[in-house]
Amino acid sequence: MKIVKNAVAGTLESSDAYVQVEPNEAGIEIVLESVVLTQFGDDIKASVMEVLAENEVTNAKVSVNDRGAIDCTIRARVETALKRAQGDL
Amino acid sequence: MSKLIGSIREAIEACGLKDGMTISFHHHMRNGDYVLNMVLDEIAKMGIKNITVNASSVFDTHAPIIDHIKNGVVTGLECNYMGAKVGKAISEGVMENPVIFRSHGGRPSDMEKGTSHIDVAFVAAPTADNRGNMTGKYGKSACGSMGYAFADAYNADKVVCITDNLVEYPVVGFSIPEVYVDHVVVVDKIGEPSGIVSGTTKITKDPVGLKMAQYAAKVVKASGLLKDGFSFQTGAGGATLAAAKYIKEMMLEDNIKGSFGMGGITKYMVEMLNEGCFKALIDVQCFDLDAVESIKNNPNHMEVSASQYAGVNGSAVNSLDVVLLGATQVDLDFNVNVHTDSNGYIMGGSGGHADTAAGSKLAIIIAPLVRARLPLIVDRVTCITTPGHTVDVVVTQRGIAVNPNRPELKEKLVKAGLPVVEIDELKAIAEKITGVPKPIKLDESKVVAKVLYRDGTVIDTIKKVVTE
Repeated sequence: MKIVKNAVAGTLESSDAYVQVEPNEAGIEIVLESVVLTQFGDDIKASVMEVLAENEVTNAKVSVNDRGAIDCTIRARVETALKRAQGDL
Repeated sequence: MSKLIGSIREAIEACGLKDGMTISFHHHMRNGDYVLNMVLDEIAKMGIKNITVNASSVFDTHAPIIDHIKNGVVTGLECNYMGAKVGKAISEGVMENPVIFRSHGGRPSDMEKGTSHIDVAFVAAPTADNRGNMTGKYGKSACGSMGYAFADAYNADKVVCITDNLVEYPVVGFSIPEVYVDHVVVVDKIGEPSGIVSGTTKITKDPVGLKMAQYAAKVVKASGLLKDGFSFQTGAGGATLAAAKYIKEMMLEDNIKGSFGMGGITKYMVEMLNEGCFKALIDVQCFDLDAVESIKNNPNHMEVSASQYAGVNGSAVNSLDVVLLGATQVDLDFNVNVHTDSNGYIMGGSGGHADTAAGSKLAIIIAPLVRARLPLIVDRVTCITTPGHTVDVVVTQRGIAVNPNRPELKEKLVKAGLPVVEIDELKAIAEKITGVPKPIKLDESKVVAKVLYRDGTVIDTIKKVVTE
């Protein structure tokens, strides 16, 4: 999947996450803010990387502002943002 | 003889306030209070240092105290509750000496025992006369009950009444009598009346909250305590208020005549009084303006001191059947934390939590199993506010855990068809949804607060947070 434009998914409500995807020249860049950074920061980054790999994204900047979303929510928001960023949706 | 004095500064001078002394405040003006900031600003201008502030609660509106701490004007802080703004600064280590937390019952009891000494009490009074009789029931800043101020007035060496509604002697229906008061100061405004209304005094519409509330009401019914003579306390949280509504419906349906409702009083408790659910309300503090109106007009709505409400040596909490309480964390031993958030920052305090749990026949904790990916149930709470042996039931939307020291209660709840599970099962259900959280890091070498249990013993300490 090629990221061609900026796109977002999600909200800043408690228990949700706001995900922004932008085109990137070289590789993957993840920026994470989270209310549970200490408790789940590594897990969230790992999940984002997995969703990127599943969608064969190799160049993208992904910014996640997490308000305490559970794992399936994080994955769903990232996936939707990626799809929007390639122009399908 | 008139005790009127020209200004707060003159009152401070007349009381002989000096470096190293302890001053006190009550929190009936809640987040609308002006008095604590006014007095501290004056003390700072006068060059007095090293003051300990004993305030029954510290709210966000009191954030200017952080600068007074940095400047060495305030070097000690004691309270029963601390809002998140000042709590953050304290958690990050702004003050050298640890904060002393007490409960609403522990604070007056420690003053009575002499283990907590107040040199000068500054008492915000919505109405007063020139000899110091005061009440919270009238005036533009009316707050209703002045329950937390009694201990300060009775026990402090010097008492300054600060009012924005001076009336002709005598104040009719006074709460605190003139005999305890040394000086009376008139100011433009002691606070913002809209600020005394707590932000959470509305029944929740959240389906999770309503489900927990229904479970809690069914627990009360199944316990067998819901009968004539029933006594009840609930906080102002949305889910606990919803539980109160269900309990009210059951009482009206079965024509149960209760004894008393207690606590911080909201309009929902006032409605229960007016509809005959209780003979009386025992009111240490009014949470909304409906409660203020009621305590003014209804003799069955009674003002009590914090000592009579929750004091250690026999108080109304010991006559309480059921209390509904909240929690930020509960651990496998049923210990409850309402002092710190999940990252270790101070954002609350016992209030009457520990007192009512200890005194009541049935202490029910109501809390969602997961909040923003964090499980309610942990191996060990970050801070023990209320010891587990005083907590009977934990109600979540996914199940109800009963303290193993109450096997007979567990049997009743199971018989009533309630979803009773072990507390470690609740933890497992939550972690299946959230994953297992990594522990937070705290600076174990630096204690920023000591938590005193209601008997005055240290029940836990709060450590400094580690900032990047």
